Amino acid sequence: MDKMMVKNLDLYYGDFQALDDVNLAIPENQITAFIGPSGCGKSTMIKTLNRMNDLIEGCKIEGEVLLDGKSIQELDVNTLRKRVGMVFQKPNPFPMSVYDNIAYGPRTHGVRSKAKLDDIVEKSLMDAAIWDELKDRLKKSALGLSGGQQQRICIARALAIQPEVLLMDEPTSALDPISTAKIEELVSTLKKEYTIVIVTHNMQQAVRISDQTAFFLHGQIVEHGTTAQFFSIPQDKRTEDYITGRFG
Amino acid sequence: MGARLKFSIETARRYPLSFVLKVLVVGSALLTLGALFFLLAYIIVNGVPHLKPSLFAWKYNTKNVSLVPALLNTLIIVGIPLIVTVPLGVFSAIYLCEYAKKGSKVVEVVRITAETLSGIPSIVYGLFGLLFFVIYLRWGYSILAGSMTLSIMILPLIMRTAEEALLSIPTSLREASFALGAGKLRTVFRIVLPAAIPGILSGVILGIGRIVGETAALIYTAGTVPRIPGSVFSSGRTLAIHLYTLSSEGFHTNEAFATAVVLLIIVLLINALSAGLARRLGGGN
Ligand SMILES: Nc1ncnc2c1ncn2[C@@H]1O[C@H](COP(=O)(O)OP(=O)(O)OP(=O)(O)O)[C@@H](O)[C@H]1O
Ligand SMILES: [Mg+2]
Repeated sequence: MDKMMVKNLDLYYGDFQALDDVNLAIPENQITAFIGPSGCGKSTMIKTLNRMNDLIEGCKIEGEVLLDGKSIQELDVNTLRKRVGMVFQKPNPFPMSVYDNIAYGPRTHGVRSKAKLDDIVEKSLMDAAIWDELKDRLKKSALGLSGGQQQRICIARALAIQPEVLLMDEPTSALDPISTAKIEELVSTLKKEYTIVIVTHNMQQAVRISDQTAFFLHGQIVEHGTTAQFFSIPQDKRTEDYITGRFG
Repeated sequence: MGARLKFSIETARRYPLSFVLKVLVVGSALLTLGALFFLLAYIIVNGVPHLKPSLFAWKYNTKNVSLVPALLNTLIIVGIPLIVTVPLGVFSAIYLCEYAKKGSKVVEVVRITAETLSGIPSIVYGLFGLLFFVIYLRWGYSILAGSMTLSIMILPLIMRTAEEALLSIPTSLREASFALGAGKLRTVFRIVLPAAIPGILSGVILGIGRIVGETAALIYTAGTVPRIPGSVFSSGRTLAIHLYTLSSEGFHTNEAFATAVVLLIIVLLINALSAGLARRLGGGN
């Protein structure tokens, strides 16, 4: 089943075309990785999936993105973002307690009951594999935590609104190897419940965790397919050059 | 100590420029602190011995030169402008930073106006207040006229500092909130504004400082009557004006110093209070 579909998508920042006729299927309960050299449009593509590009002045989009077969343009943007959550490259916890960070999303969508919020906070932190580290520090400011912990807080915060799709834009690029390993492990377990799209600069990471890989170059998708096939028998010369490290 | 000294002499020889810079930096800090402490000590030494109970009598007369009416007036004349300008200034700042289009003409004009207004000498505000509030609106010399004049005077300050505070909040926080499906209003009031409160409060503290120290703009608007005000339409002098009249009359220099001590304590109290508030509201960081 394809959870999301991208059809003939062109995206312009003013006069600059950042995405050029992108076609892509994102299968349900799988991890799709976007790889490609800096500036090729990976972040632009992933932000299109939950319409974060709406916030950028002068950004124009043509073509279609479907969520469960329905155009995301026709959904209310806040409903869309509740269903398609996002984790950013740099950890960006709110300057408030760990608890309030996680509870912010559910509260936004109308959860008021303390008992229910307590449950959500606990479950989200458990899902983000950080409950044991933080269960005694829920009332402390999230800003006092390490980068890796902050990033897992951000993942927990995204999970707390129970999205269907989770978008992650280079979630480990600001982290040390141990935190990175933790998050990779976490992402692999999350795909049982979520459809995941992850941008990464690190090809090993894509090989380790993803099921599908799409390779971007100058705003176009050069090649995409299952990760196993993509890395073992690349179809396109440019893919081969890229994954063997001959450019990029 | 000896080892450290030797070490720094050696470093000084090796990096003469950075040694000179260090001396300059430390020297400037000491000089600034020194000036402040000298001033404080001078006021305290001259003022504290003259802090007599009669200074705190409920009613003012020319013998006790009580500062209580002036103290009350000061609190009122600080309070009213804050009630008027903080919401107005903060909301305009929110509009400018969060809602107005980036680089729009309105934003530019408002910004330039605010900057110009904050450069005008306070006597000009006083004259404007006299013509408009006191004479045209027929409020007479009154606490209200004084308060409104001061409101106009500190509004640009409150607005500018609130704007800077909002601008300093990283976009990544706004994005995080939007990405969770929060709307603009919720993002601004739940995430951006709370994070900006310490900055906003530092503007408020500056505003309070300007009001407490203001004389020129008040002499022509609030007047100099040293009585407990009956209403906001009564005339009343603030502590700063009280000080000014006491010392310019020349009969009560000692009491003027004592009054200055009280004024100092009030300023310190207000600052401590605001700092505490900032810590409280700033999410404990
Ligand atoms: N807000 C913007 N306005 C104008 N151009 C932009 C904007 N954001 C990105 N671009 C341009 O669009 C292109 C794609 O950017 P994007 O951020 O999607 O690249 P990326 O693949 O994520 O790169 P990186 O790996 O460095 O994060 C780049 O050329 C970039 O300069
Ligand atoms: Mg990117």
